[in-house]
Amino acid sequence: MLTIAKRLLTVIPTLIGVVIVTFLLTRVLPGDPAVYFAGPAATPQSIAEIRKSLGLDRPLPDQFAHYVNDLAHGNFGNSLSTGRPVATEISSRLPASAELTLSGLILAIVIAVPLGIFAAVKQGSFIDHLCRVIATAGVSLPVFFTGLLLVYIFYFNLGWSPAPIGRLDAFATAPPDITGFYLIDSLITGNFETFRASLSQLVLPAVTLAVFSLAPITRMTRASMLAILASEFIRTARASGLNDRTVILTYAFRNAMLPVVTTLGMVFSFLLGANVLVEKVFAWPGIGSYAVEALLQSDFAPVQGFVLTMAVLYVALNLLIDMLYGVIDPRVRLEA
Amino acid sequence: MKRRDFLKSVTGVAAGALVPAPAIWSAAKADARSETLLVVTENGPNNLDIHGVGTNRSGYETSWNCYDRLISHETKTLPDGTLSYDRDKFKPELAEDMNIGDMSVTFKLKKNAKFHDGTPVTAKDVKWSLDRSVTVGGFPTVQMKAGSLVNKEQFVIVDDSTVRVDFIKKDRLTIPDLAVIVPSVYNSELLKTKATEKDPWALEYTKSNTAGGGAYKVTSWKPGVETVYERHDDWVGGKLPQLKKIIWRTIPSQGNRRALMERGDADISFDLSSKDTSEMKKANKLVIISNPIGNGMYCVELNVKTPPFDNPKVRQAIAYALPYQKIMDAAMFGLANPMFGGPSNNVTDISWPAKTGYSDDIAKAKALMAESGVSNIDTTISFDLGAGDICEPISVLVQEALGQIGIKTAINKVPGANWRSEMAKKSMPLMINFFSGWLDYPEYYFFWCYSGQNSIFNTSSYVNPDMDVLINGAAAAAAIGDKDKYAKDVEGFISKAYNEVPRVPLFQPLLNVATQKNISGYAYWFHRQLDYRSIVKG
Repeated sequence: MLTIAKRLLTVIPTLIGVVIVTFLLTRVLPGDPAVYFAGPAATPQSIAEIRKSLGLDRPLPDQFAHYVNDLAHGNFGNSLSTGRPVATEISSRLPASAELTLSGLILAIVIAVPLGIFAAVKQGSFIDHLCRVIATAGVSLPVFFTGLLLVYIFYFNLGWSPAPIGRLDAFATAPPDITGFYLIDSLITGNFETFRASLSQLVLPAVTLAVFSLAPITRMTRASMLAILASEFIRTARASGLNDRTVILTYAFRNAMLPVVTTLGMVFSFLLGANVLVEKVFAWPGIGSYAVEALLQSDFAPVQGFVLTMAVLYVALNLLIDMLYGVIDPRVRLEA
Repeated sequence: MKRRDFLKSVTGVAAGALVPAPAIWSAAKADARSETLLVVTENGPNNLDIHGVGTNRSGYETSWNCYDRLISHETKTLPDGTLSYDRDKFKPELAEDMNIGDMSVTFKLKKNAKFHDGTPVTAKDVKWSLDRSVTVGGFPTVQMKAGSLVNKEQFVIVDDSTVRVDFIKKDRLTIPDLAVIVPSVYNSELLKTKATEKDPWALEYTKSNTAGGGAYKVTSWKPGVETVYERHDDWVGGKLPQLKKIIWRTIPSQGNRRALMERGDADISFDLSSKDTSEMKKANKLVIISNPIGNGMYCVELNVKTPPFDNPKVRQAIAYALPYQKIMDAAMFGLANPMFGGPSNNVTDISWPAKTGYSDDIAKAKALMAESGVSNIDTTISFDLGAGDICEPISVLVQEALGQIGIKTAINKVPGANWRSEMAKKSMPLMINFFSGWLDYPEYYFFWCYSGQNSIFNTSSYVNPDMDVLINGAAAAAAIGDKDKYAKDVEGFISKAYNEVPRVPLFQPLLNVATQKNISGYAYWFHRQLDYRSIVKG
């Protein structure tokens, strides 16, 4: 417990830093929101009116004080481009991104981990080469390309997949908001039609993400399995006459899991923020596309809110992974 | 948690990941489809009220369909069979009739008009709404000013169902300006309850709620995802629309919008790119409608305050050097109206937009450069990256052409968010830009782009007292109906602008729309947004 408390303490300066940096960064960005939002036919006077209503005519330290005060009250400010409070917007969009990213990641794990293990066990075999080809193809295909290709084949040509128009087709009704994950919410309320609708919408984007994240997971599993399989305790285990299954799954894989879990954490947080392109292709109302749109419109509040949310998530995720280390490998716990 | 348990659970999660089944349509959904319109576009509204701060163009569409104005325009059939609003014919919407006097116009309201919540529409609501539009500031107030509507005192309640609008001066644009989106009529009693001291006009409420009496009301709005409308069944502003429900989805990917249309899953895809339009026209699976954007042109704009563009010979040399047809083919796939190659720069009629007398003539361009005495020019071509698919090919062709007459250029791509502030600075020497005006009159275009008030759209910083005399002369002549004087002044200012070429017109773009074959009734409107009310499905 003490370790966790100590770790949490180190988070505070990080967050303060993030708050300051995002504030300053959005202010030095080129582009004048007042001019942008004054719209067509703006006059200097109408621009000034808008600058005043946005509070951008106040000195910078004053703006910062307001910003921090708002944050302390849980107010992330208002987005000008969608016209809603940033906190509402992020809390409605984060589950969409998380659902998509988690599905993609789980799919990737299911394929990548066994593939990596096989490749390591049968080094140089057909499986090993296949693993290399898949990993290389996965990283080299840009996600938007994979996404568009999948849409072209499975929606446009074959018609197996529903139209890529977001989390649900236009005529289905969204399940009540419990967790924000449509799959879970529809199951909880026993609405199987919505469950199937949202699941079928999820398949293509999740596969797209999975293809992209296969590579790091497979390669990491393979590399760390190779290292472990070459170590002496495995030779001892084999010499003691344990069968292959026990040696590989029980002894080798467990020890190889540490670097894999680290990679998973990184891949997850990377995907969550960076799957903007997948969100664009599938019209997925996620957090990444929200932040990018806001950035393109010099809309400060959502960008600040996004960076802050991501920083908090990243910190939480790292904390979780550190705790997982202890579960997987007791030595880590003792050393800590 | 024990180590072993954890490892077991990991395996469990992996095994639990499902292989999903394909979606099926239920019968209930199929019924809903026939009364529902599914529209897909690249962007959705950021604010449901055009009076809001920074409402985007998609937001105008919501305001147009959810609020009524006193008057609107009739529609007419164009020679190519498509429908368009009729600039010169007005029809009553909330008003029962319109009575234009010498220095005022009087509107009698329809007796049975009701807001979405059932409250009757009264003269008080109209007065409150017009007051709002001239006082909230920002775009709505500027737009009202364009029709000489500036003071609250101009809007007078005569009795419960009669409103009078007083003119501060005679202006032909006053009546048309009452038919644009801005002077919408709001439910004042409802909004007064939502107003606060800081927000006296309840902009915060109308941002995400529609408080009007228009043909549709927004029932669900997820910014950046979808907007859902339902019909207001008690609407009396016109013929009750056929469609009960409109679902408007934001689909950022252009390719997917096209796939949705070609697969028949979406009913209308609005504002297509020229590339998609030309390809989909050839495929002939859908109805593709293209209308020229009224009072709008893409131009190469030269800043007359930065040498060497202060020299008219250099500007004319550029106008003769541009490869116009190539530009139109590369940027618009030929889908635009040429604004070059006319008989002369001295125009002899008032039709607008008018062709210039310039065409691709390198020899003449070189001669003009020699005459100007200017050489070794190094400059930059700027454009808005937000319109990059059109402006980028143009800029490359312009760069190549100018190289031939000794003008070296670098290309400066300005991110969309910065474009307006860059325009406001008026420091860009040469740019590719688009302007269009809602009110389709030449003097309105010139008022923004060529007049001495030097608005943000006068990117050339072109200020010329003679020009102002012609622009003001035309506006004054139009106000009193002096047709001869009006024609003389309009021809005068167009000819002057084309001879001095602070901006070189290239082409007039088209607004392209794709609909399924069972959709009819689409009409082009000056605001370049979709009017759901006339659309019929089946």
